Amino acid sequence: MNGLMTSRIGGAMEPVKQGGTDVMSDWAGPPAPIVEVQGVSRRFGRKLDWVDRGLVSVGLAKPPSVVRAVDEVDLVIRKGEVVGLVGESGCGKSTLGRMVAGILPPTAGKLYWNGRDVDTLSDDERRTGKLRTQMVFQNPFASINPRLPVAEIVGEAPRIHGIVRGDRAAQAAYVDEQLLRAGLDPSLKGRYAHQFSGGQRQRIGIARALAVQPDMLVCDEAVAALDVSIQAQILNLFMDLREQLNLTYLFISHDLGVVEHLSDRVAIMYLGRIIEEAPTEEVFARPNHPYTQALLAEVPRIELTRRSFSSIKGELPSPLNPPSGCHFHPRCPHAVARCTVERPRLKSVAPGHTSACHLNDVG
Amino acid sequence: MSVLLDVRGLKTTFPVGAGQIKAVNDVSFTLGRGEVLGLVGESGSGKSVTGFSIMGLLEPPGRITGGQILFDGTDLTKLGQEEMRRLRGRRIAMIFQDPMMTLNPVLRIDTQMIEAVTAHRPVSKAEARALARDALGQVGIPSPEERLNAYPHQFSGGMRQRVAIAIALLNKPDLIVADEPTTALDVTIQAQILAEVQKLTAEQGTALIWITHDLSVVSRLADRIAVMYAGRIVEYGDVAEVIGKPHHHYTAGLIGSVPSRNRRGSRLAQIPGMTPSLLTLPDGCAFRTRCARADGDCAVMPELTGQGAHWHRCVHPNTQVLA
Ligand SMILES: Nc1ncnc2c1ncn2[C@@H]1O[C@H](COP(=O)(O)OP(=O)(O)O)[C@@H](O)[C@H]1O
Ligand SMILES: Nc1ncnc2c1ncn2[C@@H]1O[C@H](COP(=O)(O)OP(=O)(O)O)[C@@H](O)[C@H]1O
Ligand code: SF4
Ligand code: SF4
Ligand SMILES: [Mg+2]
Ligand SMILES: [Mg+2]
Repeated sequence: MNGLMTSRIGGAMEPVKQGGTDVMSDWAGPPAPIVEVQGVSRRFGRKLDWVDRGLVSVGLAKPPSVVRAVDEVDLVIRKGEVVGLVGESGCGKSTLGRMVAGILPPTAGKLYWNGRDVDTLSDDERRTGKLRTQMVFQNPFASINPRLPVAEIVGEAPRIHGIVRGDRAAQAAYVDEQLLRAGLDPSLKGRYAHQFSGGQRQRIGIARALAVQPDMLVCDEAVAALDVSIQAQILNLFMDLREQLNLTYLFISHDLGVVEHLSDRVAIMYLGRIIEEAPTEEVFARPNHPYTQALLAEVPRIELTRRSFSSIKGELPSPLNPPSGCHFHPRCPHAVARCTVERPRLKSVAPGHTSACHLNDVG
Repeated sequence: MSVLLDVRGLKTTFPVGAGQIKAVNDVSFTLGRGEVLGLVGESGSGKSVTGFSIMGLLEPPGRITGGQILFDGTDLTKLGQEEMRRLRGRRIAMIFQDPMMTLNPVLRIDTQMIEAVTAHRPVSKAEARALARDALGQVGIPSPEERLNAYPHQFSGGMRQRVAIAIALLNKPDLIVADEPTTALDVTIQAQILAEVQKLTAEQGTALIWITHDLSVVSRLADRIAVMYAGRIVEYGDVAEVIGKPHHHYTAGLIGSVPSRNRRGSRLAQIPGMTPSLLTLPDGCAFRTRCARADGDCAVMPELTGQGAHWHRCVHPNTQVLA
């Protein structure tokens, strides 16, 4: 188990001296889920304009195509965990992340925050609930007004939501504290976004997310645009913050090396579905799903000798028209007839390890 | 191995206001036929400008202000526009991160590929078309005959990059400069393309300069690595030497910060600070503001030193083995 995790939940696992022998104290069970999604789906369709509607109504045009961006996904994220979410572009990682963060409603399925069905929350509870989970994006300034100075970018939300009260000096001190924690010099807070480097901008994005005191961060390709040396600095910051603030993470990345390093557990997506989920070491040592096996063969590792590349065949199919049955069957070297007609469900293949492949049913 | 490309003391600068950006500063390396050189470094270190300089594709106001680029004995810096144009696409070719730098969006693939052949070789249109079809097949494009009739926008990003690679390979060039061609692609697609490039360059004896920020890719693809920092090559040598026993502290830091080189969940080795602006470089070793080993000796630019298969620009070389 990784060092951070051990030290964090160490309280419950510390061996207790009893009559000269070491025995485990009562194991309190795994930490409670902070977020749980059950059978969530999200579809996107092109909105019909009046011309389309007219054409469709007289049978002259096809109804708009629908993307099943996320298709009946279950996922549990427990307090203090880092869950990595991997998969190739368009497989639905960002869509799932936004639903987990409560900023995109699912078209079907249930979302629970701290065990409570989000549909049953009052407006007030939902508002505070949303603050508990914050997102950190690849480009933190895509959605930010470039005319705002950093102090305002970081200080606005906590002021509006009444998280920090008091006079201007108190507000300013609060902003300084957030910037310092994210590794930024508070004296730069009067500057504007474009005056910062990529790594500094990501720190500003992190300071802004932390300023509303969340329990959980959904990091969506948060280090993807950074150079390796800057990426290492930001990953270290994420790990430090986890320890200092007891944060939970959903860490979305296409970079398997990054996910392997940071996560306690990994979920692998393919065309809208989670096809495998397991503790990190388990899945990297014993990937079960043929897609996971192919994907993990490409973990960016530095090698001392030249070697040949090999990979699964074929293109990523279009999410507009995914293959029937198991979405992976056209590229899968082990596909059998059943794979083309029946969707495989996630099934346990080892403790804490689930995989959605029909091969697990035979023998 | 006979030397195909011999770059000596290349300098490329961009004038800005009163100053000069030395984007490429005294860069030297050689490349033999069929060899693969990985040119690595972080953004802004001068990798692309090195590639453009070799290809004769520098955008004004950038220009070569020193050094030689000896390609099969001819100094490319002395050739005129027209002579460079004749060389490009025939003996040297470039693959860009964005395949649309190669492809014309309004022309069918066959039109573009036939033109790429007939511009350089006295063959009939039918022969050129057959060559184009074969090239598409070689880079793993299914049903190449039909795909010849398609337009670039009808391909996915990965397929478009394959078409660009097929065009680069069409005339069996001696040298290909590939500038981060798989950076924007998903890992399984990247692996497919790398496998094909590796196979084809080996078969045809093409020399390849593979530009990337990704050390893990070059460690598997290249014979030799050149590490760039702030416009200079700071380390150069056989892959196993440079990766296993990096001498320059920047190289060591870069390798150390790759997540898979660290114990899972531990803090990553990190290089402090960030790359300095090329306009405000410190005297001497440009890395010294970030280097833990730096001292007064580093205020004078270290000479490229070393021997045989391993060279570096550091006065206090790292001695730790990283393997
Ligand atoms: N707002 C949207 N409108 C229409 N389609 C969308 C929208 N957001 C995402 N999609 C589609 O949903 C699928 C999943 O997208 P996304 O969640 O962004 O994948 P990932 O983050 O894994 O790359 C893609 O096919 C994408 O084109
Ligand atoms: N058109 C240009 N005008 C001015 N400076 C440029 C131009 N192109 C590149 N440079 C300078 O050259 C340096 C190296 O750029 P480049 O070779 O593109 O870096 P890399 O490919 O390693 O990311 C950059 O830091 C930039 O300052
Ligand atoms: S269900 Fe069938 S097609 Fe899908 S991964 Fe398993 S063997 Fe391959
Ligand atoms: S020359 Fe000096 S500053 Fe530069 S890498 Fe070597 S020890 Fe560090
Ligand atoms: Mg995404
Ligand atoms: Mg570049």
